[in-house]
Amino acid sequence: METLKQLRDKIAAGEVKSVDAVKAIFERIDTIEPKVGAYLSLCKEQAMTQAKAVDAKIAAGESVGSLAGVPIAIKDNMCTTFGTTTCASKILENFHAPYNAHVVEKLLASDAVIIGKCNLDEFAMGSSTENSGLKQTKNPWDTTCVPGGSSGGSAAAVAAGLCSGALGSDTGGSIRQPASFCGVVGLKPTYGRVSRYGLVAYGSSLDQIGPLTQDVTDAALLLNVVAGHDERDSTSISEEKAPVQDYLAELDTPVDGLKIATVPHLNAGADASVQKAVEAALEVYKQQGAEIVEIEMPYFDYAVSAYYVIATAEASSNLARYDGVHYGHRSRDAKDYVEVYSKSRDEAFGTEVKRRIMLGTYALSSGYYDAYYLKALKVRNLIRQDFTKAFEQADCLMLPVSPTTAFKIGEKTDDPLQMYLADVYTIAVNLAGVPGISIPCGFDENNLPIGLQIISEPFSEDQLLRIARMYEKHTDWHLRKPEL
Amino acid sequence: MATKIDEAQVRRVALLGRLELSDEEVTQFSGQLSAIVEYIEKLNELHTDGVEPLAHCLPVHNVLREDVPRPSLSNEAALANAPEREDEYFKVPKILDDNSGA
Repeated sequence: METLKQLRDKIAAGEVKSVDAVKAIFERIDTIEPKVGAYLSLCKEQAMTQAKAVDAKIAAGESVGSLAGVPIAIKDNMCTTFGTTTCASKILENFHAPYNAHVVEKLLASDAVIIGKCNLDEFAMGSSTENSGLKQTKNPWDTTCVPGGSSGGSAAAVAAGLCSGALGSDTGGSIRQPASFCGVVGLKPTYGRVSRYGLVAYGSSLDQIGPLTQDVTDAALLLNVVAGHDERDSTSISEEKAPVQDYLAELDTPVDGLKIATVPHLNAGADASVQKAVEAALEVYKQQGAEIVEIEMPYFDYAVSAYYVIATAEASSNLARYDGVHYGHRSRDAKDYVEVYSKSRDEAFGTEVKRRIMLGTYALSSGYYDAYYLKALKVRNLIRQDFTKAFEQADCLMLPVSPTTAFKIGEKTDDPLQMYLADVYTIAVNLAGVPGISIPCGFDENNLPIGLQIISEPFSEDQLLRIARMYEKHTDWHLRKPEL
Repeated sequence: MATKIDEAQVRRVALLGRLELSDEEVTQFSGQLSAIVEYIEKLNELHTDGVEPLAHCLPVHNVLREDVPRPSLSNEAALANAPEREDEYFKVPKILDDNSGA
């Protein structure tokens, strides 16, 4: 299958009509999607209208945007005025957003064709997409396995060729881990790089939107479109502080004298197949003259603990808005105002969402605030200092994305703590706010994809993507596609 | 395993979080939350005296703009998803009882 960039260039040159490309994708969805279950909803009508408009522009000789006519999928926690925005939750099953998310505006302004909205763990809480209240998504490489999560639908859609590229969101690994499980590229930008306006909030100090794509070039292309300041998100960084780069411009230029940090005790915690693949990837960099520096990150091991306090505390506050009054599900059995609130939420939230609201409420409650929440914020600072020190010694840090490859559907659903521990390599990146990318770096003995995680300094996505591209250029893992 | 968060505590937290849990959920959460909190208490191994709490990664504070009126959602758009409405209002069950004197 063509990459996003290849298809875009063909459409812009008039060699392929957007309408035909979009029709072809919907035909493929008709046959493949029942096996994968990547989408919660398709927006055929809106997509065909958009595709026709792009074709008309091209026929008239007008200039077109950098995503002209290509079919893009988005995670269903980004608001769209067309179709529903469900967050894979029964509480929002029929919710029609009154405005478009900033990234949706950006996609449409670059002439992209949004074809559908992808499945996720309910409210992006999970690591397998099994917490979706609406659907089970399967891993395209082995449909008895999970696609990862929470952006499992987006990753599966890209891997199965059911879109040219997709957007996901990443609060503790939710772009990088499904990208790794599905053998695609997934980039979590620096916190503040992409506006969160219209992204349904989970952990507001951690959430960030980013691309899931077939290769690094496509990730750079999508980031070019969605990055940038937006006054509607006060945490989106200003142009003066961190100007948006053209992430494609120098992408193919290798980084001279590249210094890579690794943390031996962390790598040792991964499955043998994952360790082997990551070590082999480091060799590929060494052959290009990179120097490997072994470092320690003493606070990294505390990231999962700190995260599940901070993220759930923020979630318990963010999800207070689902009150059965303004929008979303309302219980039919509620007799008074409190019951409207508590019965509606009990009926429509899934177990993991309730569990996280409970944990966050507990951590913030009187008598526990200092012991848990404040403590976690202090440890967050120590974790960030670990990263700052790492980047004093090297240009980037390389780690596994996940200790394992995709696990079986149902394997971890009874033990939430085991599921949380699967995020051990990705979570610290969100706490520190730094950018991280997952790129395909091999397969295990069951032919399941393995991801390499590369992490760099805040707002250095240009360099991060160049480093990722250095590997991709010398390997062909990203070209392998699942048989479906 | 000693239960860190017993069922009474689960019910108290559920009330704070406005979740009406079933008895089954209360039992399940008591066990699971206890295990999770026990794991989280790993944080206590670290001495954090003198460490500043980090609520946010970015050096962004008090972003202000001129207070100029501008368009916002119309009443109709804001009410469009309401589970129940009456005219221009969200409709909810009575909040104050008849003897409240309000």
